[in-house]
Amino acid sequence: MDNFSYARPGDLDGALRLVAQPGAAFLAGGTNLLDLMKGRVTTPTRLIDITQLRGLAQIHELPDGGIRIGALASNADAAEHDLVRLRYPLLAEALLSGASGQLRNMATTGGNLLQRTRCPYFYDVGFIHCNKREPGSGCDALQGFNRNLAILGVSHNCIATNPSDMNVALAALDAVVQIRSPRGSRQLALRDFHRLPGDTPERDTNLAPGEIIVAVDLPPSPFARHSHYLKVRDRASYAFALVSVAAALSMEGNEVRDVRLVMGGVAPKPWIIEAAPAMLVGKPLDAANLEAVAEAALRDAEPQADNAFKVALGKRAIVRALQRAAAGREA
Amino acid sequence: MSQPSNPSRRNFLQSAAAGAVALPLARAVPAPDSPQTVDASTAVAQSAIRLKVNGQFHDLSVEPRLTLLDALREHLALTGTKKGCDRGQCGACTVLVNGRRINSCLTLAIRHSDDDIVTVEGLAASDGQLHPVQTAFMRHDAFQCGFCTPGQICSAVALIDEHKNGPRAQRPMTDDEIRDRMSGNICRCGAYPHILAVVREFVGEAAADG
Repeated sequence: MDNFSYARPGDLDGALRLVAQPGAAFLAGGTNLLDLMKGRVTTPTRLIDITQLRGLAQIHELPDGGIRIGALASNADAAEHDLVRLRYPLLAEALLSGASGQLRNMATTGGNLLQRTRCPYFYDVGFIHCNKREPGSGCDALQGFNRNLAILGVSHNCIATNPSDMNVALAALDAVVQIRSPRGSRQLALRDFHRLPGDTPERDTNLAPGEIIVAVDLPPSPFARHSHYLKVRDRASYAFALVSVAAALSMEGNEVRDVRLVMGGVAPKPWIIEAAPAMLVGKPLDAANLEAVAEAALRDAEPQADNAFKVALGKRAIVRALQRAAAGREA
Repeated sequence: MSQPSNPSRRNFLQSAAAGAVALPLARAVPAPDSPQTVDASTAVAQSAIRLKVNGQFHDLSVEPRLTLLDALREHLALTGTKKGCDRGQCGACTVLVNGRRINSCLTLAIRHSDDDIVTVEGLAASDGQLHPVQTAFMRHDAFQCGFCTPGQICSAVALIDEHKNGPRAQRPMTDDEIRDRMSGNICRCGAYPHILAVVREFVGEAAADG
């Protein structure tokens, strides 16, 4: 790891001032950033450690009945918190399916939102062609080992996936990202937070330089009883998703009142199946309807040489996730 | 235990490594007319930190980039904590910070001045009585080569604590849950069934019955 200067400001204004310096980056849990720095994928010259910023690790209820998860709340704390566990079990499930016990103790909510792709060509600087790492250099993944890479939302510049499980659940729960900068506060819906690669794959998100994530808000959710996070991977745990599905249903008896369906592991961002509500609300959750949604979800898939299996896998995962969500949890 | 007078494997490795560092260091010195502008590796000052490890305080002068793992092994000679992948994938470097398990390879020593750090060397009681998880590892023969074992033990100690203090404390963990919660520790020898047996003893059905 190249060396860097280190600062640990005690307040948000100080942190925002320090990060405006050239070469500066925020350091929170460090599980992704320090790993990337060891591989020289990214080489900040100043690290601004934000873990001493007060109040940003809390999880609390909002006046509208939703909750706010502080950006520094660890993935472990968020997953085990009663407000998350009982009201947003989908999020708890997704968090606990990610990484390991050790990493979940370190990784933060804000850091998870910003975690970089695990595309092997991005992660290894020995490969010189990576548009995400070196804009304009090309993409070795297109002709390379692309089994784990994206089939939806890709461009001819980049087929990297967003590796997060948390983000998939947050998208299904209509999360809103709270952002601060020296210019003030703003918020971004999670669905608008991550970007598709297009011609600028080097930009993963719409967070601007100098901005900081302070929290993620979840609105009150009708999905607690009928939701499921299904993660399909190469080994039973501690692996990134080949395909994952967050399925959230609001049921009245056997009738679907509302639905959110989001896929992970298949796209550069949490992939919201926009057609799902129109296809399922008010309809019976029979095999024909579930399979129709699955077909629609993968219709625009553009698989590469090694990852066409994700199309069939994705369809089956959608059907199973919806079935499990419909079956419901114990109250 | 008395210090052996014959050269140990560790001493040999250390002196061999000391001979080897001369080359990369020499290569790192830029030529006088080098166009390089700012070399952060030489511009960054050392920082004074105080680490509390296994109840003892240690004053160190460190570069910001020093990982907690390297501080433990290279500065404090606490080599029980192992460096496997050094990238947060194998769990061999697992230590407890304020009672919680973390990968010491993915954090900086400079961040832990105020923390209570416990390594595998610090699990035993002050009278030398091994931690119950350590004796259980021996009883169940839960290791072969032993390289991952300090990380496995630290991870198991924390997992048992997580279960005891977590929302599902009343319910025993299933074998699948234990496997999942221990999956951050890789064992290349494949001692998993015996490691599972250790943890099951503390948080599984048997523990609840007994």
